[in-house]
Amino acid sequence: MAEFKVKSKIVSETNSKNLFQRPDGRGIKEMRETEAKVGVVPAADGSAMFRTGKTIAIAAVYGPKKMHPQHKQDPATGQIRCEYNMISFSVDERIRPGRNRRAMEISEITKWALEPSVMLDKYPSQVIDVHINIIQADAGTRCAGINAASLALAHAGVPMKDLVSSVSVGKLDKTLVVDLTKEEEDFEEGEGPTDIPISMTSSGKVTHMQLDGKIGVKQLQESVDLAKESCEEIYEIQKKALKDAVDMEAKK
Amino acid sequence: MERKVVIPGEIIIEGDDYLPGDSTEKRDGKIFALKYGLAEEQNNLIKVIPLSGVYFPRRGNVVIGKVENINSAGWMVDIGAADSAFLSINEVPRFVNKDAMDEVFDIGDIIIAKIWVINKRGIDLSVKSRGFGKVEEGLVFEINPNKVPRVIGKEGSMIKLIKENTGSDITVGQNGAVLIKGPTIDDELFAKRAILHVCEKSFISGLTDEITKWFEENKK
Repeated sequence: MAEFKVKSKIVSETNSKNLFQRPDGRGIKEMRETEAKVGVVPAADGSAMFRTGKTIAIAAVYGPKKMHPQHKQDPATGQIRCEYNMISFSVDERIRPGRNRRAMEISEITKWALEPSVMLDKYPSQVIDVHINIIQADAGTRCAGINAASLALAHAGVPMKDLVSSVSVGKLDKTLVVDLTKEEEDFEEGEGPTDIPISMTSSGKVTHMQLDGKIGVKQLQESVDLAKESCEEIYEIQKKALKDAVDMEAKK
Repeated sequence: MERKVVIPGEIIIEGDDYLPGDSTEKRDGKIFALKYGLAEEQNNLIKVIPLSGVYFPRRGNVVIGKVENINSAGWMVDIGAADSAFLSINEVPRFVNKDAMDEVFDIGDIIIAKIWVINKRGIDLSVKSRGFGKVEEGLVFEINPNKVPRVIGKEGSMIKLIKENTGSDITVGQNGAVLIKGPTIDDELFAKRAILHVCEKSFISGLTDEITKWFEENKK
């Protein structure tokens, strides 16, 4: 346990077995500094920025508009199209810009995470385009992307049952922690890292969950509970971002 | 209930005394907002006025659109909605020569029309009324369609104020397109500035007084 030394001060407060000192000194349930803002892309119908720590996502929503190509139109319901993209300078070593397998997967995952809350049946044969750009990445980009996209959809005036909030829960060796950084994701001691991005609505309904690594059933349940607490915090931040946008305009 | 900003999924009010109106939903005796906007109560009816979003066409709306295409039955018009609208030759109150339909409305012409029917196939327009038809001159620009009620004001008070102060004739389409016809280009641009100012300040209560003040400050 080279990097994750036991912090004596916190140990006295809680169960000693489960406490690491995280590299940035956060508690296990503590998220990184989080910030949200809507209306960052004036040309879009709705847009939002979501930042947690060093991860920054920008989402822009266009539509609802007529679906093109025409053969993809569905007269029964509307559709969402998501496009997740990491900008080439978002990570330490430049990544090749454009679509790749990872981006395609995350685009689809984001769509699945948002679809249950958006009332698409009101827009038959139409499509809502959601573009997510990660301008700076430090793990948890899909969660930041989903948070930003959910805000942007609301800001675009799309009818929704609820906002979607997303957070990644990780298991470092045997400890569950919330909102992993890249450093923690690369943790190699003991059982190694497990990354579980979870998205849920404010009423606690899970819309998306992925698992990368190994975890027991009991701990998985615990991690969902942890995610629920963090998602509530994120929901409050999202709510504030949307409400502040109006008050600011009124003061002008 | 006081006017307040709500977000999708937020509980506006609880209790069986209230009915859900536009952009709201009732679940387990609670009224939820479905859109981001301002929640309002009127005779126990709760509704949300959206702040943003694309134009959602409704029957009877007066719109300003651009002719996109001509076919044998009529004209396709872009009115800023997801579906493009269709203006049939039967809905034009004059004789139309089918061989020279571009003499009536050519591609690229701006027209004022009324939404006649909305059905599964699309939107049908009509120009059978006074004041409708081709726009021959003036300045056309677009504003957020959700701000149109603000620009018009209660019983047209705001638009009347702007008309009086700029000496221009103004038509506001429900789809957010605004047409200004003034004596000079300067008057038209002044009216445009006034309308954009209304859109910017649309959250302020006592907006009409604010705009009256703005006119006093900015009038040459």
